[in-house]
Amino acid sequence: MLLIPCPWCGPRPEHEFRYGGAAHRAPPEDASAVDDAAWGDYLYSRDNPKGRHAERWRHLHGCGRFFNCIRDTVSDRIAGTYKPGEAPPL
Amino acid sequence: MAHLSKFSFLSLLRHGAGKAWSRQWRDAQPKAAYDVIIVGAGGHGLATAYYLAAEHGVRNVAVLDKGWLGGGNTGRNTTIIRSNYLRPESAALYEHALKLWEDLSQTLNYNVMYSPRGVLKLAHTRHEVQVEKRHVYANRLQGIDNEWLTPAEAAAFCPALDVSERSRHPILGAALQRRGGVARHDAVAWAYARAASAYGVDIIQNCAVTGMVRDETGAVTGVETTRGPIGAVRVGVAAAGHTSVVMAMAGVRMPLESFPLQALVSEPVKPVLPCVVMSNNVHAYVSQSDKGELVIGGGTDAYTSYSQAGGLYVSCETLAAILEMFPSFRRLRMLRNWGGIVDTTPDRSPIIGMTPVTGLYVNCGWGTGGFKATPGSGQVFAATIARGEPHPLAAPFSLDRFAAGRLIDEAAAAAVAH
Repeated sequence: MLLIPCPWCGPRPEHEFRYGGAAHRAPPEDASAVDDAAWGDYLYSRDNPKGRHAERWRHLHGCGRFFNCIRDTVSDRIAGTYKPGEAPPL
Repeated sequence: MAHLSKFSFLSLLRHGAGKAWSRQWRDAQPKAAYDVIIVGAGGHGLATAYYLAAEHGVRNVAVLDKGWLGGGNTGRNTTIIRSNYLRPESAALYEHALKLWEDLSQTLNYNVMYSPRGVLKLAHTRHEVQVEKRHVYANRLQGIDNEWLTPAEAAAFCPALDVSERSRHPILGAALQRRGGVARHDAVAWAYARAASAYGVDIIQNCAVTGMVRDETGAVTGVETTRGPIGAVRVGVAAAGHTSVVMAMAGVRMPLESFPLQALVSEPVKPVLPCVVMSNNVHAYVSQSDKGELVIGGGTDAYTSYSQAGGLYVSCETLAAILEMFPSFRRLRMLRNWGGIVDTTPDRSPIIGMTPVTGLYVNCGWGTGGFKATPGSGQVFAATIARGEPHPLAAPFSLDRFAAGRLIDEAAAAAVAH
């Protein structure tokens, strides 16, 4: 089980959180201007990297807030978490 | 299959009298180039190579694997076979595979221990009864066997079930596919490897693909590997949980996410479960292997990962679910638990076919249920690669369905909600 450091509440067990998928996915600025391939890519494609992964979590059974997390998808080690709008840790 | 010694009653006698068994497939060294390279020597990749050689005369084929053959999800799944899917496209694809299972041992001259002992899917709520009956009726229209059992009929078919009203999760009925069942997963990889190798297919283990070689038009002309570059006219990727990683080498971003899916086996006991039992509501599935071990599976881990382990608490939840259904199993010790990396798509249906890159084909996205499809998947993927156009059964599962919006939503047909 992961020990996830919520940026607001500190380290808490994974059970308190809900995984939110890949982070930093912004929709195309003008949705009607992009073609089907670009829209489909936004909706469905993921980098799904083996290694460093930026992802969202929600502290569902805690403060209830979303935040971002950098985790290694091979070791599952968390490099750090950060609040929305903040820059990811190195 | 000229130089292959066939398994028969006579050969069994001969070897029983002391004649040593020969190698079942050649441990090949990579050549400079092939007509087709398959990336991934799991069941799907090996089956693809076999059908390329056996049905399309394409025998200058290599199957590359970063580890050993059948060492990924092929050797890690819970071996369940069924075809009772909801959507016409998926029902057709999985039923095609099930029909191949029925005489696969004869086709490949290798006992894959296909055992159609029945797959029983329990319904515990009124809603589940409606959903399962809908599956039964849809399958009947598709010509696929699936029948509705009352609680008493379910208990007659599987006496270990507690169908009393006082049970923690009362059983209101069950859908039964009698032709569903299990097979020996390792034997499937070995059988396809042996038959493909006999046709001249090179199976190259411990040879990880590290890059794609492309010409000035962008077409794939080979792969870079840990054992040097290997040329190819066509490359088929059947890399399961690592498909995103391999496809990224060709600059293709996939609609896939990789999750650990765990399974467990118990110590062996006397026969107690005559069939496969699945419960979406309680969230687990179980069968009994021919050795007597209970083979248990549940849902995927919650977050994407390439660690072939997963969180222990997920397996604990699966066991808790099994004990809700079968309290008598509580004293069984678990022998092993493990994880495999499954590649899931947004619509829970596989992706089979062409890619935006010329010469590059992909067969992936089987998610938590790829084993049952192995023969059908290999056959339609081989046809797609050989002809350079999608096999009719594979056509609806094209990669471009995610741009066109023609998704095949099969989330409701999974054994448990993932």
